[in-house]
Amino acid sequence: MKVASKIKSQFEFIKQNYVLYLLLAPAVILTIIFKYVPMYGATIAFKDFSPIKGITGSEWVGFKHFTSFLTSPNFMEIFMNTLKLSSFELLIGFPIPVILALMLNQVRRAKVKKNVQLFLYAPHFISVVVVSGMVFLFLSPTGPINAILSIFLDKPISFMSDPEAFRTIYIWSGVWQGAGWASIIYVAALANVDPQLHDAATVDGASLLQRIWHIDLPTLKPVMAVLFILAAGGIMAIGFEKAYLLQTSMNLPSAEIIPTYVYKRGLQAGDYSFATAVGLFNAVINVILLVFVNQVVKKLNEGEGLL
Amino acid sequence: MNNSKTDKLILLFNKVLLSVIVMIVVFPLLYVLLASFLEPNALISKGFKINTSDWTFEGYKRILTDGTIVKGFMNSILYSTGFTIVTVLVCILAGYTLSTEGLVGRKIIMVFFLITMFFNGGLIPTYLVVRDLGMLNTIWSIIVPNAINVWFIILARTYFKSIPKELKEAARIDGASEFKIFLKIVFPLSKPIIFVLALYAFIGQWNAYFDAMIYLEDRDLYPLQLVLRSILIQNEVQPGMISDQLARAELQKISEMIKYSSIVIASLPLIVMYPFFQKYFEKGVMVGSLK
Repeated sequence: MKVASKIKSQFEFIKQNYVLYLLLAPAVILTIIFKYVPMYGATIAFKDFSPIKGITGSEWVGFKHFTSFLTSPNFMEIFMNTLKLSSFELLIGFPIPVILALMLNQVRRAKVKKNVQLFLYAPHFISVVVVSGMVFLFLSPTGPINAILSIFLDKPISFMSDPEAFRTIYIWSGVWQGAGWASIIYVAALANVDPQLHDAATVDGASLLQRIWHIDLPTLKPVMAVLFILAAGGIMAIGFEKAYLLQTSMNLPSAEIIPTYVYKRGLQAGDYSFATAVGLFNAVINVILLVFVNQVVKKLNEGEGLL
Repeated sequence: MNNSKTDKLILLFNKVLLSVIVMIVVFPLLYVLLASFLEPNALISKGFKINTSDWTFEGYKRILTDGTIVKGFMNSILYSTGFTIVTVLVCILAGYTLSTEGLVGRKIIMVFFLITMFFNGGLIPTYLVVRDLGMLNTIWSIIVPNAINVWFIILARTYFKSIPKELKEAARIDGASEFKIFLKIVFPLSKPIIFVLALYAFIGQWNAYFDAMIYLEDRDLYPLQLVLRSILIQNEVQPGMISDQLARAELQKISEMIKYSSIVIASLPLIVMYPFFQKYFEKGVMVGSLK
């Protein structure tokens, strides 16, 4: 009886508020078409996709495309490139905004702090094409960096054709663009610290560094945990956009990562099924990493994780 | 008291280091701006001894007379505006509905949206959907597929939850319909959130190049970022920009100026707007982080 009346009242609610559901409809429809239909479409990773037969009509081939990727001679290189690029990016890019926020927090004058932040956020609003373009211009053999280096060296360095330099360029240009903006959230968290805590600690003889270590940093810990899990969860989903722009035929040995490989094999070479399989492989690794990192962070963070 | 002495030293060090960081961030931007007006070589070789005679608008002149960038600029305005209208509308409506107390099926619908933050079909299947809908090479391929932004929906929902429900109840007692309540009471109160989302949407689309790269073939449809990519990354300075017979070295110099000038033109709208809107950006990030 109880269940029946509950269903009845729910039905009544929907009937009375059908307009609300209409307002929601566009979002739901778009999500189904552009998110869930492609999820179904990902089954072509297990098929030999033929444009004539369509997704449903194409024949199942099992793990054929996965095996052919995993056994291909360049698999190891591309896989390690992806893993290295993103984990180095995480290791360098993650702590810098935290440090920046702690530094900003020590700036006492509100106006100065605002202005510093204004400058530090600015690069975030520049497009990835422009940032990559700047990288190319600055690091070109005739660019300003080489002009400065020419004081010490007699030959210009061709940074963009050096596979050794790719990761450094990718990561540090990312830090330049994003670290300031990423620090916002930590700055906000620090603003909530009760000043009395600091006063009390100072009276007790705590030094500045001790107060940062014992008061400020623990305040940031929960925020850091969540952001770290999110970042680590995206480790294999590393930005296609900039990697693709910064690639040259010369730096490819370290610059080819799974997402750019998917684009080239899939859309440029028309190898739909194979590319989808590679993308799916990447996504699965990503989920495994997300769960793993969540567990580790939970352990370190007194049981507080994201999942 | 030894402590406070080291503290002061640390604070001083902090100030110096922050100043250096600000300089590292600002200097490249400043360099681009200067290099777009000066011959890049003059900036390097002469340093601070630049004469007024070194100033030139050659780069800008060539960009404006060629028209490729101008065209891309107009396309970008069209795409960004269209995208902003669609995505803000759809996400605000969804966020409003999901903020309603006692909405039947709220949890399921939230999960339905949240799943798409962690899983997606991937590049190729999404491309196939867009292709099968006949959207390739049309403005719709830029505007529609990414119109759903789960983060926007969460932001909108959080905002709408802060509107006192007494307002809505009073209107309901007066006999206003759900739709009327949204239009007459909620909508006028939601200007701040609409503004924040619109800013994010516009800038995001203005800076995007990837969707345009895979979905558009016709060069006349290219947004600014894609035009920039061909100039900056693929090194294709448009023939219309350099038509005259010039010596190689001269050519190199001018094409470099064109690059710097196009960076400035592409980034100018945002950089000019940015200081006025900074606090809204911050607001968006904060609300988003509250969940």
